[in-house]
Amino acid sequence: MTMPLIEVDGLKTHFFTRDGVVRAVDGISFSVAPGETLAVVGESGCGKSVTSLSILRLIASPPGRIVAGRVLFEGRDLLALTENEMRAVRGDAISMIFQEPMTSLNPALTVGRQIAESLVLHRGLSHRDAMAKAVAMLRKVRMPEPERRVRQYPHELSGGMRQRVMIAMALVCGPRLLIADEPTTALDVTIQAQILELMRELAREAGASIILITHDLGVVAEMAQRVVVMYAGRKVEEASVAELFARPRHPYTRGLLGSMPHLGDSVRNEGGRRLVEIPGMVPSLKEEHPGCLFAPRCPNAIARCTQEVPPFTAYGPGHQAACWNPVP
Amino acid sequence: MTAPGNVLLEVHGLRKFFPARTRMLARSAKVHAVDGVSFWVREGETLGLVGESGCGKSTTGKLILRLLDPTEGEVVWRGRRIDQLDRAGMRPVRRELQAVFQDPYSSLNPRMRAVDIVAEPIRNYESLPEAQVRGRAADLFARVGLRPDQLLKYPYEFSGGQRQRLGIARALAVQPRLIVCDEPVSALDVSVQAQVINLLMDLQAEFNLSYLFIAHDLAVVEHISHRVAVMYLGKIVEIAPKHAIFTRPLHPYTEALLEAVPVPDPALRKQRRLLAGDVPSPIDPPPGCRFHTRCPYAEERCRREEPPLQEISPGQLVACHLRQPPA
Repeated sequence: MTMPLIEVDGLKTHFFTRDGVVRAVDGISFSVAPGETLAVVGESGCGKSVTSLSILRLIASPPGRIVAGRVLFEGRDLLALTENEMRAVRGDAISMIFQEPMTSLNPALTVGRQIAESLVLHRGLSHRDAMAKAVAMLRKVRMPEPERRVRQYPHELSGGMRQRVMIAMALVCGPRLLIADEPTTALDVTIQAQILELMRELAREAGASIILITHDLGVVAEMAQRVVVMYAGRKVEEASVAELFARPRHPYTRGLLGSMPHLGDSVRNEGGRRLVEIPGMVPSLKEEHPGCLFAPRCPNAIARCTQEVPPFTAYGPGHQAACWNPVP
Repeated sequence: MTAPGNVLLEVHGLRKFFPARTRMLARSAKVHAVDGVSFWVREGETLGLVGESGCGKSTTGKLILRLLDPTEGEVVWRGRRIDQLDRAGMRPVRRELQAVFQDPYSSLNPRMRAVDIVAEPIRNYESLPEAQVRGRAADLFARVGLRPDQLLKYPYEFSGGQRQRLGIARALAVQPRLIVCDEPVSALDVSVQAQVINLLMDLQAEFNLSYLFIAHDLAVVEHISHRVAVMYLGKIVEIAPKHAIFTRPLHPYTEALLEAVPVPDPALRKQRRLLAGDVPSPIDPPPGCRFHTRCPYAEERCRREEPPLQEISPGQLVACHLRQPPA
């Protein structure tokens, strides 16, 4: 097996609030190979975004703090770097695309300036050269009229165009790892399809790895090779995409797959199937839970589930789940 | 379009223009939010209304509920026009025509206890002794899957899914016949979304409710709807029974929309034909067919002439020059 590009090992990020410690990420491990796309899926509050922000050390502190773990990027622990060293990594070797381009772009700067910034910072380009490269980059993300758009401000662009600017910014320094946090959630479905296609194509061309944070299993199936499923701050299952969709082992993964209506389903099976409900809701992350966090909602729960945290069990190559009573 | 029996709601040529502020055309510019929409909803039926942001689907819902007044067109409720009614005239209609909105946070009064949120419409429409009102509210609570100990709580004490249940209980309180559901599950996580969709479908079966189900998620719309209308830039481009829309879409936009949905099955990973470009501005919509700027099949005629919505196959109406009714 080739050396992973990035290895997250036992990462714990907690938030120390006035009414207690929120264990937003509570011991998560995974790795991404060069050129691979790994999806991290889960519902709101499962810790998927905090995981990605922790990798780049963008957690606001206080109240947040990475309390344990390592993030080995090309063999180097990012958590041990100084802030200056870390700044040299962000936007260069590792870059990030956020969900809401309107809030993550600077409204007071032209999009050209924002794309050029990291070239000036990381590559020492002159402003003029960097702007020329910004136009080329906008052309590459298939922005219509790049020469004109480069001088415009974010509010003058549509949502899809803004997300193209974000991608141009993220890819302009040729990162080895791209972290995309719900990159298409705010977009309409026809625009989402364009953006996903673009990300796939550009990442393939550059040989970059992607960590794709999403709640949409459709996006996972189309984009990723491997998947990590998170629940309440912990990883519950990891597998190749094909394996996860065909043979989910963790009852939460199975519930998630069954709760989504699939396009064409109700038309093929007359009347359709009833959606799988996962009863109840996500537990509070402020309390210490002795067992599996999913146990109170789990149809497979047995006595042991509320007493001991289940360890990971392997189910074939690359497939593991943390469950005392898995789906057969 | 001839509507068969037991039609509850009809909409004819509905239009809503909003004044737009633009730099050059400050005087005359208008946003054509809804531009000539017609459809009907039968008793016990769910009509899904889909389209991308800005297509006018939510405005259509608001016009029906009279939260906005139409610029033109008719809204007919059980055979009677309601688009001109005043407050007093609308009062009995509002009882039968209820709404559930996307964001249960902003559509529930934060200062009211849950029991009063559900009881208020009952008190408003029926003069019942308070004990009976509270009893009805408690029954509704149980019916939508809320616990009796939650009756005295405030909206902020509920999770998103529970707030949506509360919104549904409020809509049900006065025994409506049709509920306009505007993106009722899009703010919810998938596991909770399934709970709410199942609840809506169960309630429909139990009370013979009709829904106008406005949403952008095509898989959800397919799951819950009997018929589906697809909107683009203020117009309905296709309306048909669910089976026809999802197995044999006839409008190029419907086709593209279905094609763009990511399929949660890695075995079906597909090479798609993608729609180019963005949706044009509704302030100055393209002439002819509004979809022609993005349509892969557009011809000269599409740029000039607006296609009418015509019945191409039984129950399937399409607004496209390339689809002609059988001779």
